[in-house]
Amino acid sequence: MMAIIPATWDMYDMLQAVIQAPTYHLIFEALLIILIVKLVFSKAYAPDKTILTEKEKDELIEEWKPEPLVPDTPDDHPLLRSMENNIITGRPDKIMTINGKSVINMASMNFLGMLGDESIEVAAQKALSKYGVGSCGPRGFYGTMDVHLELEDRLAKFMQAEEAILYSYGFATIASAIPAYSKRGDVIFVDEGVCFAIQKGLVASRSVIKYFKHNDMADLERLCLEQQKEDKKLPKKAKVTRRFLVVEGLYAKHGDICPLPKLVELKWKYKLRIFIEESFSFGVLGDNGRGVTEHFNIKLDEVDLVAACLENAVGGAGGFCCGKKYIVDHQRLSGLGYCFSASLPPMLASGAIQSLNIIENDQSLFSRLHQKSEKIHKELSKIEGMRVMGDKVAPIKHLSLAEPSDDRSLDNRTIEKITQEASQAFGALAILILLWECLNFAMERGLALTPARYLEHEEHQLPPPSIRIAVNVKLTEDEIAKCMDIIADSCHAVLGKS
Amino acid sequence: MRFRGQCDYKMVALMNGKNGSVPLNGKMNGMHNKTNGFSKNGSVHKSHTTIDEGWKKDYWESFEETPLLAAIFTYICYGLVVLIGHIRDFMNNMGLLKVNTSLEPRIPGFVPLFSTWESFYTRHVFRRVSDVLCKPVGGVPAARMDLVYRETHDYGWTYELNKDRIDTVLNMGSYNYLGFSENKGPCKDNAARVTKDYGISTFGSRQELGILDIHKQLDDLVAEFLGVEAAITVPMGFATNSMNMPCLVSKGCLILSDELNHASLVLGSRLTGATIKTFKHNNMQSLEKRLRDAVIHGKPRTHRPWKKILIVVEGVYSMEGSIVKLPEIIRLKKLYKAYLYLDEAHSIGAMGPRGRGVVDYFGLDPKEIDIMMGTFTKSFGSAGGYIGGSKRLINHLRVNSHVSVYAPTMPPPIAQQVITSMTIIMGKDGTNEGKKRIQQLKWNCRYFRRNLHERGYIIYGNKDSPVVPLLLFMPTKLAAFSRECVRRGLGVVVVGFPATPITKTRARFCLSAAHTKADIDEALKIIEEVGDLIRLRYSKMPVPSFSEKDIELVE
Repeated sequence: MMAIIPATWDMYDMLQAVIQAPTYHLIFEALLIILIVKLVFSKAYAPDKTILTEKEKDELIEEWKPEPLVPDTPDDHPLLRSMENNIITGRPDKIMTINGKSVINMASMNFLGMLGDESIEVAAQKALSKYGVGSCGPRGFYGTMDVHLELEDRLAKFMQAEEAILYSYGFATIASAIPAYSKRGDVIFVDEGVCFAIQKGLVASRSVIKYFKHNDMADLERLCLEQQKEDKKLPKKAKVTRRFLVVEGLYAKHGDICPLPKLVELKWKYKLRIFIEESFSFGVLGDNGRGVTEHFNIKLDEVDLVAACLENAVGGAGGFCCGKKYIVDHQRLSGLGYCFSASLPPMLASGAIQSLNIIENDQSLFSRLHQKSEKIHKELSKIEGMRVMGDKVAPIKHLSLAEPSDDRSLDNRTIEKITQEASQAFGALAILILLWECLNFAMERGLALTPARYLEHEEHQLPPPSIRIAVNVKLTEDEIAKCMDIIADSCHAVLGKS
Repeated sequence: MRFRGQCDYKMVALMNGKNGSVPLNGKMNGMHNKTNGFSKNGSVHKSHTTIDEGWKKDYWESFEETPLLAAIFTYICYGLVVLIGHIRDFMNNMGLLKVNTSLEPRIPGFVPLFSTWESFYTRHVFRRVSDVLCKPVGGVPAARMDLVYRETHDYGWTYELNKDRIDTVLNMGSYNYLGFSENKGPCKDNAARVTKDYGISTFGSRQELGILDIHKQLDDLVAEFLGVEAAITVPMGFATNSMNMPCLVSKGCLILSDELNHASLVLGSRLTGATIKTFKHNNMQSLEKRLRDAVIHGKPRTHRPWKKILIVVEGVYSMEGSIVKLPEIIRLKKLYKAYLYLDEAHSIGAMGPRGRGVVDYFGLDPKEIDIMMGTFTKSFGSAGGYIGGSKRLINHLRVNSHVSVYAPTMPPPIAQQVITSMTIIMGKDGTNEGKKRIQQLKWNCRYFRRNLHERGYIIYGNKDSPVVPLLLFMPTKLAAFSRECVRRGLGVVVVGFPATPITKTRARFCLSAAHTKADIDEALKIIEEVGDLIRLRYSKMPVPSFSEKDIELVE
């Protein structure tokens, strides 16, 4: 003690002073110390805290004017008018009736002509008299019918996958599948030309989204390398960051095919899990209609998940995902659109099974489809002033106006005039109106076409306005020739006029 | 505020005295105190002196608290399952157990696809009870249904169907409220005719030549049924919410969502980009506080006012059996100038004297609700959903909704099923079949619920709700209840964690107009047998006094 404190008597005096000091003095000193501590630790300024009186609050509530729930859409909006005027009576088959007029249908994506097939309807009716219409429950709660299991089984076998999972709506399939795997913090590389359902799935996943240029593998590789650099910086984070690659087999918006061999190569190189949305390629591409994997002769095992809807080629409703069992089964607990939605009406599942029967038994179905698609592609390319987008074997064609600078015969002023007439907000729509003129013209002459419609403010990337032409394998040579004449005439008439 | 708080309190006390229920109030009273604190002078109430509060007299709900002992055992139960799971995982890693093929293989360089806990839960908890879920049905899910027997040789990893063995059970699991899930009769005949005339697919969205005459007919009929200016129909109920909500609100708007809203509403809200806040389930004090704060303080940080506020609620909550306090919500919505999105998935057809949902049940004007949403899956025995409202709203959706642009329209036979069943409910077919079904369902709900209360089970929900949850608490009881019930010929739905809170595992019965009194008595007998076997009489609440006697059946 002595050694530590040399000036002993000072210390002793101090102690004595403390002991002898009056209590009020000690309390006073203690308060001073507390004050100093408070001053040291408190902020230099107090944040402004406004406390409103009740009257002010009520006035605020009184004053607040919310925006209207929705903006006004006039009754004569061109889209509303078009929807009201173009109502189909009866079935939208190869030949259908619109407004009492019989026309050839190149609008419906009935690629394999399944709608006209009676055996599918018979199968559906048979299921109807066994199961009724609705399934009255989600899959978990007595909404699983034996036909659902059968269809899942058949789809898995057809796609040569371990397992398939059935959804009740095509749009919900990929939109639920993506967020089932990819969570916050994960990284998804995605082609910027993907369809709207994928875009919604990406938003729902809350992952980091990296768009690469449409079908541009160099751009994808650039992004992968960027990611690799980042991963090297943060190896801990990289260890738990899953990486996905989402593409479409046949792009609905462009009509072209994804370069799958290169994608698979990049998958292994950069450890990505690849999801393919095959709504337009399932039952279309490949010799047996197995989609883009068969088209490139790549084993399904190389791909992690394939999702497709049954609403196009198969001619039913709903959608499915297939792949390895451990991957697909995860959706049975995590796929929102699977767990929380009523299952597919059994009669539609039965119809889809019959469609698969037809697809599996008709050997030449797909070569016929590809042949007709190519023929139509060739014919459409000949039309002056128009441009065909997409792959020649694709049964979905986008016919858009050729670039004005590319083609002098196109009267630029026509488009400008019509564009000006329409309000600025519908700038792109005005070009559509021009296309619609083509469509109406075609309709009058006996051919139904539809413009490809997009929500212009919500799409990630907006393709040019186009007429979407769908090839039906059941179209005869004569019908095709007639259709092509009508399309060419319509385009000439509208583009050449005024 | 204080006045109303006290009024509520008295009413609850009154009901406690009268019926002995404990309706949500342990928590609610707590809320009152808080709300009393934040607005003392009660000047907000100028406008609601005129509000008719008569609906409260006939509104009875009960949410009895979990008994402490049951809660403790439930936690022990889960703890044990998790412990054994870890032991199994350990043995797996040591190579003592055979590794199952459906597990995720390790691919070098790849980050595992599933998080550890997620896959742990699937492997060790869910798999053990996987036999009580997804039971395959081999026929029409009517009052009785055929369950196809399936067996597992690997403890729930995979199942094999055995089509030769069919068990017919009484169906209290399907959402077949009005009994329109039928494989004969006018619904089936019309659907068959339409299949023949139209086929089963439409191949196009509304804006891409996908509208058939049958869709226009359906849209018009739904609007007439709901009593609104216009309606739009969608082929999938889930998508009706998730694909239409983004066209209604956007960034800078506020969504006030009930905490127990369905996944589709949650997803739809998330896709809008708006700010989402939840309020306590069916708790009007909580909602008012949120609304008041939102209007007064505006957006967090910037304090700019919200563009608009959307309240999102369901009519009948399918897991709780509770009914939304709609008159009160409409009062609040008007007071704070918010918009109201009402999801009637489980209430349309099943509630109200004319089967037109909770709006009809409370005798309100459908025009008071901005967005009326519902599905066709349940009461109409079909599939799909609708949105009804003003012409302005529906015009906007027709032009801008994701469904109108990107997704195909409803398959014709599915649309026809709705048309036929809706025509019957409306009495347009010239019979009183619809009225008969509505009354039968109402009677069934009261009778079944009263009897369960009398037997001393803890039952959740409103006295008139067609969904009747019975609390089981322990995950083991969940499996036992379902297995024993099915063995005795009663198909029920059991739900546990994570779909419910950990201590609130439950069985859920859905009543149907297709059930006869004999059916319900049979079900009650089975439930009593199983209930005694696994000891479910937890309730300490006196038997409520409501009865089915004031409901007139139509012959």
